[in-house]
Amino acid sequence: MLKTFKLGGVHPPENKLSADKEIQVLPLPKSVFIPVAQHIGAPATPTVKRGDEVKVGQVIAKSSSFVSTNIHSSVSGKVKKVDFSEDSSGYPKQGVFIDVAGDEWIDEIDRSEELAREFDIDGAEIIKKIQEAGIVGLGGATFPTHVKLVPPKGMKAEVLLINGVECEPYLTSDHRLMLEKADEILVGIQLLMKALNVEKAVIGIENNKPNAIQLLSEKTKNYKGILVQPLKVKYPQGGEKQLIKAVTGKEVPSGGLPIAVGAVVSNVGTAFAVYEAVQKNKPLFERVVTITGKGVSQPSNFKVRIGTSTSELVESAGGLPESTGKVISGGPMMGRAIASLEVPVTKGTSGILIMKEEESKRKDYIACIRCSRCVSVCPMGLEPYLLMTLSQKQIFDRAENDRVMDCIECGSCSYTCPSDRPLLDYIRFGKGKVGQIIRSKKK
Amino acid sequence: MSITVIYTIATLSVIGTSAAVILFFVAQKFKVNEDPRIDQVEEVLPSANCGGCGFAGCRAFAEACVKNGELADLYCPVGGNETMNTVASILGLEAVKKDPRVAFIRCNGTCDHRPKTSHFDGATTCAIASSVYSGESDCQYGCLGYGDCYDACDFDAIDLREGMGVPLILDDKCVACGACVDACPKDLIELRKKFPKDRKVVVACRNEDKGGVARKACSTACIGCGKCQKECKFDAITIENNLAYIDSDKCKLCRKCPPVCPTNAILELNFPPRKIKKEEKEECNTAK
Repeated sequence: MLKTFKLGGVHPPENKLSADKEIQVLPLPKSVFIPVAQHIGAPATPTVKRGDEVKVGQVIAKSSSFVSTNIHSSVSGKVKKVDFSEDSSGYPKQGVFIDVAGDEWIDEIDRSEELAREFDIDGAEIIKKIQEAGIVGLGGATFPTHVKLVPPKGMKAEVLLINGVECEPYLTSDHRLMLEKADEILVGIQLLMKALNVEKAVIGIENNKPNAIQLLSEKTKNYKGILVQPLKVKYPQGGEKQLIKAVTGKEVPSGGLPIAVGAVVSNVGTAFAVYEAVQKNKPLFERVVTITGKGVSQPSNFKVRIGTSTSELVESAGGLPESTGKVISGGPMMGRAIASLEVPVTKGTSGILIMKEEESKRKDYIACIRCSRCVSVCPMGLEPYLLMTLSQKQIFDRAENDRVMDCIECGSCSYTCPSDRPLLDYIRFGKGKVGQIIRSKKK
Repeated sequence: MSITVIYTIATLSVIGTSAAVILFFVAQKFKVNEDPRIDQVEEVLPSANCGGCGFAGCRAFAEACVKNGELADLYCPVGGNETMNTVASILGLEAVKKDPRVAFIRCNGTCDHRPKTSHFDGATTCAIASSVYSGESDCQYGCLGYGDCYDACDFDAIDLREGMGVPLILDDKCVACGACVDACPKDLIELRKKFPKDRKVVVACRNEDKGGVARKACSTACIGCGKCQKECKFDAITIENNLAYIDSDKCKLCRKCPPVCPTNAILELNFPPRKIKKEEKEECNTAK
């Protein structure tokens, strides 16, 4: 039976243009820029300097605290400089520039393509390996995975949920990965189950990917404790809290973590990275990126080294169309427009979407007509029209009481608003301010 | 019929009188003794309720003046020294004399100096734009031009100059309340000492990038070369993070530094035109 979450949700056109395109390996770039802050938490500290020779997989920035990860070189060559350059946040961030020479990998990495199914290590070791490999949530939130695998004291994980929903329109990187690397993902899931010490894992997949559901359902027969749960198509089902609600029926309490209802959620891409890190000793330095858009001549899925500039991806997909209005890092609902094509691919880049001028233009907004569509589509049960006004008028204490911090920034409200009001822009602003106020109170 | 009218009047009179008696005693019992000087002080304040003094409004400031017992930390920037002297004479205290101040936007990146490299079509407030990315030009420190300062100003002292890219503060209307200083997410606005005839010599730039990067983004950016610092005899200029800063409390308006600036980042405003380099001065004024 198909399941889904109860509250709200929208159905944007799916536009999965690259769903039947196999993952291709992008040719090596000439130079890369690898930011040291590609995850939620403290930025890593660079450990290389100008002129250093680096190999693929070598640590170039060390994690500086528990909620942080290592950054590895994705290419071999010479460090050009450690400097600031713009990343997808729109601001210059510190990172390492490397001029590529050859493709020499560190010796520890097992480069064979064979499936390594057997493992004989305990949970703590798996977590240690994940931490060292610099693995973060590859769905887009980039939360360090090793932190998730260590539940806070007094809490116990009961079920591992694997996010194969990919509810963002256009994006197909997770879909392709599930089709091409199903066994690897399943071994990765077993490793995660062992690390968490849980007996049960559920892979949630929306039923617009029937081939992935069929393939994984067949394969899971050989793996104990892993199930596939087909889900109805509805955005934002890939949100952590929505997926938990859809699969387990439990609701994460306001302000709480998924572990409060005994669930841990990981993306299929993360499960694959875990497999590579533990079984092949390969740190996270490449990922699958969808490059797509209605004007793009060859929408494709590429395996890309971290740090490759967006312009190289765009060239490989047939170049930038003339009618381009915006280039978006991520999907159309939650992605961010980037101001320059020099922005590098980072661990959180799931796709690059090129939008035509007429699609991307935002209309001038008019007055709220009190239709309450935003309220009915909000998957968190908030009142977006109210939160927007409170943020606009800077009444932050009331916004906090009206649970602005629960907003998951899915953009369903802005998408559905008939007056084209920039609801999420203001709510995000209010959320930032309220967050600041809460943090300053704690101090 | 008339009986009803009489009864009504009589009943209401009895209720009214008894209520008046009760209220009289209640007022006696719960009388609040407020210092009459609070009203007097409030009377002489500008009643702009701008919050420039750091209190919630003029009444709160008046209460603080009366309660505090001294005026050391209390100053009304709108009323200035004159008002503070009157307040001091009412309270029999000593007023602290302060130099009048005026706000200044430390960015000269108008469209002709700072080309736009991208277009932002989100909600047009500086606070939101700055949370999304560094801005439409390549300068991540410069003015965004959406006018959060203009919205914050209660005194109509900011001209938005739509299309120019950077608002202008009107010195004669600015009361230095500091509302715009807090509103600017790029921290561009500074309260500087107000000189006679609103003259000022000021580095109109906040770009902390290295010279080449800064210059590429904006033709009038400070590149931190340090020439002005060498020229200054009063130690008013400091250079930090590739950016010069002129301390308005130390500056003597000698006008030695603007001519040596290779990027015209130092503005000299409201001076009579220079005799020798007349043409350059005019150019600078239009660029303001």
